[in-house]
Amino acid sequence: MTGVVRAGVVSELHRERLAYRRSRSRRSTAIALVSTVVFAALVWVAVTGSPGWPRVRQSFFDPATAWRALPAVLDGLWLNLRVLVVCEVLILVLAVGVAALRTLRGPVWFPVRALATGYVDLFRGLPLIILLYLVGFGLPGLRLTGVPNDPVVLGGIALVLTYTAYVAEVFRAGIESVHPSQVAAARSLGLGYRKTMRLVVLPQAVRRVLPALLNDFVALQKDCGLISVLGAVDAVRAAQIQQAQSFNFTPYVVAALLFVLLAIPSGRLADALSRRVADRQGAR
Amino acid sequence: MSEPVLSVRGLVKRYGERTVLDGVDLDVREHEVVVLIGSSGSGKSTLLRCVDLLEELDDGQVLLDGRDVSDPRVDADVARRAMGVVFQAFNLFPHMSVLDNVTLASRVVHGVPREQAERRARELLTRVGLAEHATAYPDRLSGGQQQRVAIARALAHEPRLLLLDEITSALDPELVGEVLALVRELAGQGRTILMATHEMGFARQVADRVCFLDGGKLVESGPPEQVLGDPVHERTRQFLRRVIDAGRL
Ligand SMILES: Nc1ncnc2c1ncn2[C@@H]1O[C@H](COP(=O)(O)OP(=O)(O)OP(=O)(O)O)[C@@H](O)[C@H]1O
Ligand SMILES: [Mg+2]
Repeated sequence: MTGVVRAGVVSELHRERLAYRRSRSRRSTAIALVSTVVFAALVWVAVTGSPGWPRVRQSFFDPATAWRALPAVLDGLWLNLRVLVVCEVLILVLAVGVAALRTLRGPVWFPVRALATGYVDLFRGLPLIILLYLVGFGLPGLRLTGVPNDPVVLGGIALVLTYTAYVAEVFRAGIESVHPSQVAAARSLGLGYRKTMRLVVLPQAVRRVLPALLNDFVALQKDCGLISVLGAVDAVRAAQIQQAQSFNFTPYVVAALLFVLLAIPSGRLADALSRRVADRQGAR
Repeated sequence: MSEPVLSVRGLVKRYGERTVLDGVDLDVREHEVVVLIGSSGSGKSTLLRCVDLLEELDDGQVLLDGRDVSDPRVDADVARRAMGVVFQAFNLFPHMSVLDNVTLASRVVHGVPREQAERRARELLTRVGLAEHATAYPDRLSGGQQQRVAIARALAHEPRLLLLDEITSALDPELVGEVLALVRELAGQGRTILMATHEMGFARQVADRVCFLDGGKLVESGPPEQVLGDPVHERTRQFLRRVIDAGRL
Protein backbone atom coordinates (compact mmCIF):
# COMPACT_ATOMS: atom_id res chain seq x y z
CA MET A 1 0.00 0.00 0.00
CA THR A 2 3.00 2.32 0.26
CA GLY A 3 3.32 3.04 -3.43
CA VAL A 4 5.43 6.01 -4.39
CA VAL A 5 3.24 9.01 -5.20
CA ARG A 6 4.61 10.73 -8.27
CA ALA A 7 3.95 14.41 -8.91
CA GLY A 8 0.62 14.90 -10.63
CA VAL A 9 -0.41 11.30 -10.03
CA VAL A 10 -3.05 10.69 -7.39
CA SER A 11 -3.30 7.44 -5.52
CA GLU A 12 -6.31 5.16 -6.05
CA LEU A 13 -7.35 5.74 -2.43
CA HIS A 14 -7.36 9.50 -2.81
CA ARG A 15 -9.24 9.35 -6.13
CA GLU A 16 -11.94 7.29 -4.51
CA ARG A 17 -12.21 9.78 -1.63
CA LEU A 18 -12.49 12.71 -4.04
CA ALA A 19 -15.28 10.94 -5.91
CA TYR A 20 -17.11 10.33 -2.63
CA ARG A 21 -16.79 13.98 -1.60
CA ARG A 22 -18.09 15.11 -5.00
CA SER A 23 -21.11 12.85 -4.82
CA ARG A 24 -21.89 14.09 -1.28
CA SER A 25 -21.74 17.71 -2.32
CA ARG A 26 -23.94 17.04 -5.38
CA ARG A 27 -26.49 15.42 -3.11
CA SER A 28 -26.47 18.36 -0.65
CA THR A 29 -26.94 20.85 -3.47
CA ALA A 30 -29.85 18.88 -4.86
CA ILE A 31 -31.56 18.70 -1.47
CA ALA A 32 -31.14 22.42 -0.86
CA LEU A 33 -32.48 23.26 -4.31
CA VAL A 34 -35.56 21.04 -4.08
CA SER A 35 -36.48 22.19 -0.56
CA THR A 36 -36.16 25.85 -1.56
CA VAL A 37 -38.39 25.41 -4.59
CA VAL A 38 -41.00 23.47 -2.59
CA PHE A 39 -41.04 26.07 0.17
CA ALA A 40 -41.36 28.97 -2.29
CA ALA A 41 -44.21 27.18 -4.09
CA LEU A 42 -46.06 26.61 -0.80
CA VAL A 43 -45.78 30.28 0.16
CA TRP A 44 -46.88 31.33 -3.30
CA VAL A 45 -49.94 29.06 -3.21
CA ALA A 46 -50.86 30.17 0.33
CA VAL A 47 -50.63 33.87 -0.51
CA THR A 48 -52.26 33.83 -3.95
CA GLY A 49 -54.90 31.38 -2.78
CA SER A 50 -55.96 33.57 0.13
CA PRO A 51 -59.40 35.17 -0.15
CA GLY A 52 -58.04 38.75 0.05
CA TRP A 53 -55.24 38.27 -2.52
CA PRO A 54 -56.96 39.93 -5.53
CA ARG A 55 -57.50 43.12 -3.54
CA VAL A 56 -54.04 43.09 -2.02
CA ARG A 57 -52.48 42.54 -5.42
CA GLN A 58 -54.40 45.45 -6.83
CA SER A 59 -53.47 47.90 -4.07
CA PHE A 60 -49.85 46.81 -3.38
CA PHE A 61 -48.57 45.22 -6.57
CA ASP A 62 -50.12 47.14 -9.41
CA PRO A 63 -47.58 47.35 -12.28
CA ALA A 64 -49.13 50.43 -13.89
CA THR A 65 -49.05 52.40 -10.64
CA ALA A 66 -45.52 51.23 -9.97
CA TRP A 67 -44.38 52.47 -13.36
CA ARG A 68 -46.03 55.84 -12.85
CA ALA A 69 -44.57 56.26 -9.34
CA LEU A 70 -41.05 55.19 -10.28
CA PRO A 71 -39.58 58.53 -11.50
CA ALA A 72 -40.73 60.45 -8.40
CA VAL A 73 -39.55 57.72 -6.03
CA LEU A 74 -36.19 57.52 -7.81
CA ASP A 75 -35.87 61.27 -7.47
CA GLY A 76 -36.48 60.91 -3.76
CA LEU A 77 -33.99 58.09 -3.51
CA TRP A 78 -31.32 60.34 -5.02
CA LEU A 79 -31.86 62.65 -2.04
CA ASN A 80 -31.58 59.67 0.36
CA LEU A 81 -28.31 58.69 -1.28
CA ARG A 82 -26.81 62.13 -0.90
CA VAL A 83 -27.91 62.33 2.74
CA LEU A 84 -26.45 58.85 3.27
CA VAL A 85 -23.03 59.68 1.88
CA VAL A 86 -22.66 63.00 3.71
CA CYS A 87 -23.93 61.55 7.00
CA GLU A 88 -21.75 58.43 6.79
CA VAL A 89 -18.60 60.50 6.29
CA LEU A 90 -19.46 62.74 9.24
CA ILE A 91 -20.38 59.74 11.38
CA LEU A 92 -17.12 57.89 10.72
CA VAL A 93 -14.99 60.92 11.51
CA LEU A 94 -16.90 61.90 14.65
CA ALA A 95 -17.21 58.33 15.89
CA VAL A 96 -13.45 57.72 15.72
CA GLY A 97 -13.02 60.89 17.75
CA VAL A 98 -15.58 59.90 20.39
CA ALA A 99 -14.12 56.39 20.62
CA ALA A 100 -10.59 57.72 21.02
CA LEU A 101 -11.76 60.07 23.78
CA ARG A 102 -13.44 57.18 25.57
CA THR A 103 -10.25 55.11 25.57
CA LEU A 104 -8.05 57.86 27.08
CA ARG A 105 -6.54 56.68 30.34
CA GLY A 106 -5.57 58.65 33.41
CA PRO A 107 -7.41 60.93 35.83
CA VAL A 108 -6.57 64.08 33.83
CA TRP A 109 -8.91 62.95 31.11
CA PHE A 110 -11.82 62.10 33.37
CA PRO A 111 -14.06 65.03 32.32
CA VAL A 112 -13.51 64.36 28.62
CA ARG A 113 -14.12 60.65 29.09
CA ALA A 114 -17.26 61.29 31.13
CA LEU A 115 -18.58 63.66 28.48
CA ALA A 116 -18.01 61.13 25.70
CA THR A 117 -19.60 58.36 27.75
CA GLY A 118 -22.62 60.55 28.55
CA TYR A 119 -23.03 61.39 24.88
CA VAL A 120 -23.00 57.73 23.87
CA ASP A 121 -25.43 56.73 26.63
CA LEU A 122 -27.87 59.49 25.71
CA PHE A 123 -27.95 59.15 21.95
CA ARG A 124 -27.79 55.40 21.83
CA GLY A 125 -30.78 55.18 24.14
CA LEU A 126 -32.90 57.87 22.52
CA PRO A 127 -35.32 56.49 19.89
CA LEU A 128 -34.35 57.95 16.53
CA ILE A 129 -37.88 59.02 15.66
CA ILE A 130 -38.15 61.13 18.85
CA LEU A 131 -34.75 62.66 18.25
CA LEU A 132 -35.89 63.52 14.71
CA TYR A 133 -38.88 65.41 16.10
CA LEU A 134 -36.76 67.13 18.76
CA VAL A 135 -34.13 68.27 16.29
CA GLY A 136 -36.47 68.80 13.34
CA PHE A 137 -39.13 70.83 15.11
CA GLY A 138 -37.51 71.84 18.41
CA LEU A 139 -34.28 73.30 17.08
CA PRO A 140 -35.85 75.71 14.55
CA GLY A 141 -38.44 76.54 17.20
CA LEU A 142 -35.71 78.24 19.20
CA ARG A 143 -35.46 80.80 16.38
CA LEU A 144 -31.76 81.26 16.89
CA THR A 145 -29.95 82.90 14.02
CA GLY A 146 -27.78 80.51 12.07
CA VAL A 147 -29.85 77.44 12.93
CA PRO A 148 -30.87 75.79 9.67
CA ASN A 149 -34.52 75.05 9.04
CA ASP A 150 -34.13 72.83 6.01
CA PRO A 151 -35.69 69.49 6.99
CA VAL A 152 -32.98 67.60 5.10
CA VAL A 153 -30.21 69.24 7.12
CA LEU A 154 -32.09 68.84 10.39
CA GLY A 155 -32.86 65.20 9.65
CA GLY A 156 -29.20 64.66 8.77
CA ILE A 157 -28.14 66.15 12.10
CA ALA A 158 -30.41 63.76 13.99
CA LEU A 159 -29.08 60.77 12.04
CA VAL A 160 -25.48 61.80 12.65
CA LEU A 161 -26.09 62.27 16.39
CA THR A 162 -27.63 58.83 16.79
CA TYR A 163 -25.34 56.86 14.53
CA THR A 164 -22.15 58.45 15.81
CA ALA A 165 -23.02 57.04 19.22
CA TYR A 166 -23.45 53.52 17.78
CA VAL A 167 -20.42 53.59 15.52
CA ALA A 168 -18.23 55.06 18.27
CA GLU A 169 -18.95 51.98 20.35
CA VAL A 170 -18.02 49.74 17.44
CA PHE A 171 -14.71 51.58 17.04
CA ARG A 172 -14.07 51.45 20.79
CA ALA A 173 -14.54 47.69 20.83
CA GLY A 174 -12.02 47.49 17.99
CA ILE A 175 -9.51 49.78 19.69
CA GLU A 176 -9.70 47.83 22.92
CA SER A 177 -9.23 44.53 21.09
CA VAL A 178 -5.75 45.59 19.98
CA HIS A 179 -3.25 44.06 22.39
CA PRO A 180 -1.62 46.63 24.72
CA SER A 181 1.85 45.45 23.75
CA GLN A 182 1.18 46.78 20.25
CA VAL A 183 0.96 50.23 21.83
CA ALA A 184 4.08 49.55 23.89
CA ALA A 185 5.94 48.45 20.75
CA ALA A 186 4.91 51.62 18.91
CA ARG A 187 5.80 53.88 21.82
CA SER A 188 9.15 52.16 22.21
CA LEU A 189 9.94 53.08 18.60
CA GLY A 190 9.41 56.71 19.54
CA LEU A 191 5.94 57.19 18.06
CA GLY A 192 3.78 59.64 20.01
CA TYR A 193 0.20 58.99 21.12
CA ARG A 194 -1.41 60.30 17.93
CA LYS A 195 0.88 58.45 15.55
CA THR A 196 0.51 55.28 17.58
CA MET A 197 -3.25 55.60 17.32
CA ARG A 198 -3.32 56.49 13.63
CA LEU A 199 -0.67 54.11 12.29
CA VAL A 200 -0.80 51.14 14.64
CA VAL A 201 -4.00 50.89 16.67
CA LEU A 202 -6.72 52.20 14.35
CA PRO A 203 -5.72 50.22 11.23
CA GLN A 204 -5.91 46.99 13.21
CA ALA A 205 -9.09 48.05 15.01
CA VAL A 206 -10.89 49.01 11.79
CA ARG A 207 -10.04 45.72 10.09
CA ARG A 208 -11.52 43.80 12.99
CA VAL A 209 -14.77 45.75 13.13
CA LEU A 210 -15.29 46.17 9.39
CA PRO A 211 -18.28 43.80 9.22
CA ALA A 212 -19.97 45.59 12.12
CA LEU A 213 -19.30 48.96 10.50
CA LEU A 214 -20.86 47.87 7.22
CA ASN A 215 -23.82 46.50 9.13
CA ASP A 216 -24.40 49.91 10.69
CA PHE A 217 -23.97 51.45 7.24
CA VAL A 218 -26.84 49.35 5.86
CA ALA A 219 -28.97 50.27 8.87
CA LEU A 220 -28.25 53.93 8.16
CA GLN A 221 -29.25 53.46 4.51
CA LYS A 222 -32.81 52.66 5.42
CA ASP A 223 -33.01 55.00 8.39
CA CYS A 224 -32.27 57.80 5.93
CA GLY A 225 -35.88 57.21 4.85
CA LEU A 226 -37.01 58.51 8.25
CA ILE A 227 -36.13 62.10 7.38
CA SER A 228 -39.45 62.02 5.50
CA VAL A 229 -41.25 62.60 8.82
CA LEU A 230 -39.80 66.11 8.82
CA GLY A 231 -41.24 66.75 5.36
CA ALA A 232 -38.11 66.20 3.27
CA VAL A 233 -39.16 64.82 -0.10
CA ASP A 234 -37.11 61.63 -0.13
CA ALA A 235 -38.06 58.23 -1.54
CA VAL A 236 -40.49 57.43 1.27
CA ARG A 237 -42.14 60.83 1.16
CA ALA A 238 -42.38 60.67 -2.63
CA ALA A 239 -44.08 57.30 -2.35
CA GLN A 240 -46.48 58.74 0.20
CA ILE A 241 -47.38 61.61 -2.13
CA GLN A 242 -48.01 59.15 -4.97
CA GLN A 243 -50.09 56.97 -2.69
CA ALA A 244 -52.21 59.91 -1.61
CA GLN A 245 -52.95 60.72 -5.26
CA SER A 246 -53.77 57.22 -6.42
CA PHE A 247 -55.09 55.61 -3.22
CA ASN A 248 -52.80 52.73 -4.08
CA PHE A 249 -49.96 51.48 -1.85
CA THR A 250 -47.79 50.21 -4.72
CA PRO A 251 -45.41 53.23 -4.56
CA TYR A 252 -44.37 52.14 -1.06
CA VAL A 253 -43.48 48.71 -2.40
CA VAL A 254 -41.45 50.37 -5.15
CA ALA A 255 -39.55 52.42 -2.57
CA ALA A 256 -39.01 49.31 -0.44
CA LEU A 257 -37.58 47.35 -3.39
CA LEU A 258 -35.22 50.21 -4.19
CA PHE A 259 -33.96 50.32 -0.61
CA VAL A 260 -33.34 46.57 -0.68
CA LEU A 261 -31.44 46.87 -3.97
CA LEU A 262 -29.35 49.60 -2.39
CA ALA A 263 -28.40 47.36 0.54
CA ILE A 264 -27.18 44.44 -1.57
CA PRO A 265 -23.95 46.02 -2.87
CA SER A 266 -22.98 47.03 0.68
CA GLY A 267 -23.36 43.45 1.81
CA ARG A 268 -21.24 42.11 -1.06
CA LEU A 269 -18.67 44.85 -0.43
CA ALA A 270 -18.42 43.75 3.21
CA ASP A 271 -17.80 40.16 2.12
CA ALA A 272 -15.17 41.18 -0.43
CA LEU A 273 -13.33 43.45 1.99
CA SER A 274 -13.17 40.84 4.74
CA ARG A 275 -11.88 38.31 2.23
CA ARG A 276 -9.18 40.65 1.01
CA VAL A 277 -7.94 41.33 4.52
CA ALA A 278 -7.95 37.63 5.34
CA ASP A 279 -6.09 36.77 2.13
CA ARG A 280 -3.36 39.29 2.73
CA GLN A 281 -2.69 38.63 6.37
CA GLY A 282 -3.18 34.91 6.27
CA ALA A 283 -5.69 33.08 8.39
CA ARG A 284 -5.09 33.34 12.11
CA MET B 1 35.86 55.74 33.23
CA SER B 2 33.39 57.41 30.92
CA GLU B 3 29.76 58.11 31.71
CA PRO B 4 27.58 54.96 31.59
CA VAL B 5 25.10 54.78 28.72
CA LEU B 6 22.35 53.85 31.14
CA SER B 7 22.23 54.60 34.80
CA VAL B 8 19.30 53.57 36.99
CA ARG B 9 19.23 55.16 40.46
CA GLY B 10 16.98 54.11 43.33
CA LEU B 11 14.21 53.03 40.98
CA VAL B 12 10.87 52.28 42.68
CA LYS B 13 7.80 51.01 40.87
CA ARG B 14 4.52 50.10 42.51
CA TYR B 15 1.35 48.58 41.10
CA GLY B 16 -1.31 49.58 43.62
CA GLU B 17 -0.14 48.27 46.97
CA ARG B 18 2.54 46.00 45.52
CA THR B 19 6.09 47.25 45.26
CA VAL B 20 7.47 45.54 42.17
CA LEU B 21 10.80 47.37 42.03
CA ASP B 22 12.23 48.43 45.37
CA GLY B 23 15.16 50.78 44.91
CA VAL B 24 17.09 49.33 41.98
CA ASP B 25 20.53 50.73 41.09
CA LEU B 26 22.12 49.63 37.84
CA ASP B 27 24.70 50.96 35.39
CA VAL B 28 25.28 49.79 31.84
CA ARG B 29 28.46 51.07 30.19
CA GLU B 30 29.18 51.45 26.51
CA HIS B 31 29.75 48.12 24.68
CA GLU B 32 28.64 46.24 27.77
CA VAL B 33 26.15 43.34 27.74
CA VAL B 34 24.24 43.16 31.01
CA VAL B 35 21.92 40.23 31.63
CA LEU B 36 19.05 40.31 34.13
CA ILE B 37 18.10 37.00 35.69
CA GLY B 38 15.54 36.17 38.34
CA SER B 39 12.45 34.08 38.89
CA SER B 40 9.15 34.82 37.22
CA GLY B 41 7.56 37.92 38.73
CA SER B 42 10.83 39.28 40.11
CA GLY B 43 10.42 42.46 38.08
CA LYS B 44 12.74 42.01 35.08
CA SER B 45 10.20 43.09 32.49
CA THR B 46 9.02 45.93 34.70
CA LEU B 47 12.58 47.21 35.00
CA LEU B 48 13.04 47.17 31.23
CA ARG B 49 9.70 48.91 30.72
CA CYS B 50 10.68 51.58 33.24
CA VAL B 51 14.00 52.11 31.50
CA ASP B 52 12.14 52.57 28.22
CA LEU B 53 9.85 55.08 29.99
CA LEU B 54 6.79 53.01 29.20
CA GLU B 55 5.84 53.13 32.89
CA GLU B 56 5.67 56.08 35.25
CA LEU B 57 8.24 55.75 38.03
CA ASP B 58 7.23 55.98 41.69
CA ASP B 59 10.71 57.10 42.70
CA GLY B 60 14.27 57.24 41.45
CA GLN B 61 15.83 58.20 38.14
CA VAL B 62 16.70 56.82 34.74
CA LEU B 63 19.72 58.52 33.18
CA LEU B 64 20.74 58.11 29.55
CA ASP B 65 24.27 59.32 28.89
CA GLY B 66 24.07 61.23 32.14
CA ARG B 67 20.80 62.97 31.29
CA ASP B 68 17.79 62.37 33.52
CA VAL B 69 15.09 61.22 31.09
CA SER B 70 12.63 60.22 33.81
CA ASP B 71 12.03 63.91 34.51
CA PRO B 72 8.45 64.68 33.43
CA ARG B 73 9.73 67.80 31.66
CA VAL B 74 11.76 65.63 29.27
CA ASP B 75 9.93 64.46 26.13
CA ALA B 76 9.77 60.71 26.62
CA ASP B 77 9.04 60.12 22.92
CA VAL B 78 12.35 61.77 22.05
CA ALA B 79 14.28 59.99 24.81
CA ARG B 80 12.98 56.61 23.63
CA ARG B 81 14.57 57.10 20.24
CA ALA B 82 17.94 56.39 21.84
CA MET B 83 16.70 52.92 22.78
CA GLY B 84 15.58 49.91 20.79
CA VAL B 85 13.31 47.37 22.43
CA VAL B 86 12.37 43.79 21.62
CA PHE B 87 9.60 42.29 23.70
CA GLN B 88 8.68 38.76 24.53
CA ALA B 89 5.75 38.48 22.10
CA PHE B 90 3.08 40.40 20.18
CA ASN B 91 5.83 42.59 18.99
CA LEU B 92 5.45 43.16 15.26
CA PHE B 93 2.57 45.09 13.74
CA PRO B 94 0.44 42.45 12.01
CA HIS B 95 -1.13 44.87 9.52
CA MET B 96 2.19 45.93 8.04
CA SER B 97 4.67 44.04 5.90
CA VAL B 98 8.07 43.15 7.34
CA LEU B 99 9.61 46.06 5.46
CA ASP B 100 7.04 48.54 6.76
CA ASN B 101 7.54 47.26 10.29
CA VAL B 102 11.25 47.89 10.08
CA THR B 103 10.99 51.28 8.37
CA LEU B 104 8.03 52.71 10.32
CA ALA B 105 10.00 54.60 12.96
CA SER B 106 12.56 55.90 10.47
CA ARG B 107 9.82 57.22 8.21
CA VAL B 108 7.33 58.71 10.65
CA VAL B 109 9.55 59.62 13.60
CA HIS B 110 12.90 60.44 12.07
CA GLY B 111 11.63 61.77 8.76
CA VAL B 112 13.87 59.58 6.61
CA PRO B 113 12.61 59.36 2.99
CA ARG B 114 10.98 56.03 2.27
CA GLU B 115 13.50 54.95 -0.34
CA GLN B 116 16.46 55.54 1.96
CA ALA B 117 14.70 53.89 4.91
CA GLU B 118 13.92 50.83 2.80
CA ARG B 119 17.48 50.52 1.56
CA ARG B 120 18.71 50.50 5.13
CA ALA B 121 15.95 48.10 6.19
CA ARG B 122 16.90 45.64 3.48
CA GLU B 123 20.50 45.73 4.68
CA LEU B 124 19.35 44.94 8.20
CA LEU B 125 17.05 42.18 7.01
CA THR B 126 19.92 40.68 5.05
CA ARG B 127 21.99 40.74 8.20
CA VAL B 128 19.32 38.87 10.18
CA GLY B 129 18.93 36.44 7.27
CA LEU B 130 15.45 37.48 6.15
CA ALA B 131 16.06 39.49 3.01
CA GLU B 132 13.66 37.40 0.94
CA HIS B 133 10.81 37.92 3.42
CA ALA B 134 10.76 41.71 3.19
CA THR B 135 7.30 41.91 1.67
CA ALA B 136 5.72 39.15 3.77
CA TYR B 137 3.30 39.86 6.60
CA PRO B 138 4.45 38.89 10.09
CA ASP B 139 2.00 36.04 10.66
CA ARG B 140 3.38 34.22 7.61
CA LEU B 141 6.74 33.94 9.42
CA SER B 142 7.87 31.47 12.05
CA GLY B 143 8.27 32.68 15.64
CA GLY B 144 12.05 32.82 15.33
CA GLN B 145 11.84 34.76 12.08
CA GLN B 146 9.40 37.20 13.66
CA GLN B 147 11.73 37.83 16.57
CA ARG B 148 14.61 38.43 14.15
CA VAL B 149 12.48 41.00 12.31
CA ALA B 150 11.71 42.60 15.67
CA ILE B 151 15.42 42.85 16.36
CA ALA B 152 16.02 44.38 12.93
CA ARG B 153 13.27 46.89 13.67
CA ALA B 154 14.82 47.80 17.01
CA LEU B 155 18.16 48.35 15.26
CA ALA B 156 16.75 50.45 12.43
CA HIS B 157 17.37 53.79 14.12
CA GLU B 158 20.80 52.85 15.51
CA PRO B 159 19.89 52.90 19.19
CA ARG B 160 22.51 53.68 21.82
CA LEU B 161 21.01 50.97 23.99
CA LEU B 162 19.24 47.76 23.08
CA LEU B 163 16.68 46.37 25.55
CA LEU B 164 15.74 42.71 25.07
CA ASP B 165 13.02 41.19 27.22
CA GLU B 166 13.05 37.39 27.22
CA ILE B 167 13.01 37.39 23.46
CA THR B 168 13.27 33.62 23.25
CA SER B 169 10.80 32.48 25.89
CA ALA B 170 7.85 32.33 23.48
CA LEU B 171 9.81 30.24 20.98
CA ASP B 172 10.17 26.54 20.32
CA PRO B 173 13.54 25.16 21.39
CA GLU B 174 14.74 24.77 17.79
CA LEU B 175 14.05 28.45 17.11
CA VAL B 176 15.78 29.73 20.24
CA GLY B 177 19.20 29.04 18.74
CA GLU B 178 18.77 31.24 15.68
CA VAL B 179 17.67 34.23 17.76
CA LEU B 180 20.42 33.81 20.34
CA ALA B 181 23.01 33.52 17.59
CA LEU B 182 21.89 36.89 16.32
CA VAL B 183 22.15 38.45 19.78
CA ARG B 184 25.62 36.97 20.18
CA GLU B 185 26.62 38.57 16.90
CA LEU B 186 25.28 41.96 18.04
CA ALA B 187 27.17 41.65 21.31
CA GLY B 188 30.30 40.85 19.32
CA GLN B 189 29.85 44.06 17.34
CA GLY B 190 30.16 46.02 20.56
CA ARG B 191 26.53 47.02 21.02
CA THR B 192 25.31 48.08 24.42
CA ILE B 193 22.67 45.62 25.55
CA LEU B 194 20.49 45.15 28.62
CA MET B 195 18.55 41.91 28.43
CA ALA B 196 16.35 39.72 30.58
CA THR B 197 16.57 36.00 29.97
CA HIS B 198 15.98 32.56 31.40
CA GLU B 199 18.71 31.07 29.20
CA MET B 200 21.50 30.74 31.76
CA GLY B 201 23.91 29.03 29.41
CA PHE B 202 23.56 31.89 27.01
CA ALA B 203 23.95 34.45 29.80
CA ARG B 204 27.23 32.79 30.78
CA GLN B 205 28.54 33.06 27.21
CA VAL B 206 27.64 36.60 26.23
CA ALA B 207 27.22 38.58 29.44
CA ASP B 208 29.84 40.98 30.72
CA ARG B 209 27.80 41.23 33.85
CA VAL B 210 24.88 39.26 35.30
CA CYS B 211 22.39 40.85 37.68
CA PHE B 212 20.15 38.73 39.87
CA LEU B 213 16.82 40.36 40.66
CA ASP B 214 14.65 39.06 43.49
CA GLY B 215 11.49 40.57 44.95
CA GLY B 216 12.16 43.88 43.23
CA LYS B 217 15.69 44.21 44.62
CA LEU B 218 18.99 43.77 42.83
CA VAL B 219 20.43 41.13 45.08
CA GLU B 220 23.66 40.36 43.34
CA SER B 221 25.61 41.58 40.37
CA GLY B 222 28.96 40.64 38.89
CA PRO B 223 30.78 38.71 36.17
CA PRO B 224 28.87 35.65 34.96
CA GLU B 225 31.39 33.14 36.31
CA GLN B 226 30.95 34.59 39.77
CA VAL B 227 27.17 35.14 39.90
CA LEU B 228 26.30 31.92 38.10
CA GLY B 229 29.22 29.83 39.38
CA ASP B 230 29.86 30.99 42.90
CA PRO B 231 27.06 33.28 44.10
CA VAL B 232 27.44 35.15 47.36
CA HIS B 233 23.80 35.33 48.36
CA GLU B 234 21.64 32.51 49.58
CA ARG B 235 18.69 33.63 47.42
CA THR B 236 20.85 33.48 44.29
CA ARG B 237 21.98 29.99 45.19
CA GLN B 238 18.41 28.81 45.69
CA PHE B 239 17.39 30.28 42.36
CA LEU B 240 20.29 28.68 40.52
CA ARG B 241 19.64 25.34 42.16
CA ARG B 242 16.07 25.42 40.89
CA VAL B 243 17.27 26.40 37.45
CA ILE B 244 19.77 23.53 37.43
CA ASP B 245 17.07 21.12 38.58
CA ALA B 246 14.95 22.29 35.68
CA GLY B 247 17.87 21.50 33.38
CA ARG B 248 18.43 25.01 32.10
CA LEU B 249 22.06 25.44 33.02
N1 LIG C 1 0.53 46.33 34.57
C1 LIG C 1 0.64 45.68 35.75
N2 LIG C 1 -0.28 45.85 36.72
C2 LIG C 1 -0.17 45.22 37.91
N3 LIG C 1 0.83 44.39 38.23
C3 LIG C 1 1.79 44.17 37.32
C4 LIG C 1 1.74 44.81 36.03
N4 LIG C 1 2.83 44.40 35.33
C5 LIG C 1 3.51 43.57 36.14
N5 LIG C 1 2.90 43.43 37.34
C6 LIG C 1 3.38 42.63 38.47
O1 LIG C 1 4.70 42.96 38.70
C7 LIG C 1 5.45 41.82 39.04
C8 LIG C 1 6.71 41.75 38.21
O2 LIG C 1 6.34 41.48 36.87
P1 LIG C 1 7.39 41.36 35.69
O3 LIG C 1 6.61 41.18 34.44
O4 LIG C 1 8.32 42.50 35.75
O5 LIG C 1 8.14 40.02 36.08
P2 LIG C 1 9.28 39.27 35.30
O6 LIG C 1 10.45 39.23 36.18
O7 LIG C 1 9.46 39.87 33.95
O8 LIG C 1 8.67 37.83 35.18
P3 LIG C 1 8.74 36.77 33.96
O9 LIG C 1 10.06 36.10 34.07
O10 LIG C 1 7.63 35.82 34.23
O11 LIG C 1 8.55 37.53 32.69
C9 LIG C 1 4.56 40.62 38.88
O12 LIG C 1 4.18 40.16 40.12
C10 LIG C 1 3.37 41.16 38.14
O13 LIG C 1 2.19 40.56 38.61
MG1 LIG D 1 9.01 39.24 31.93
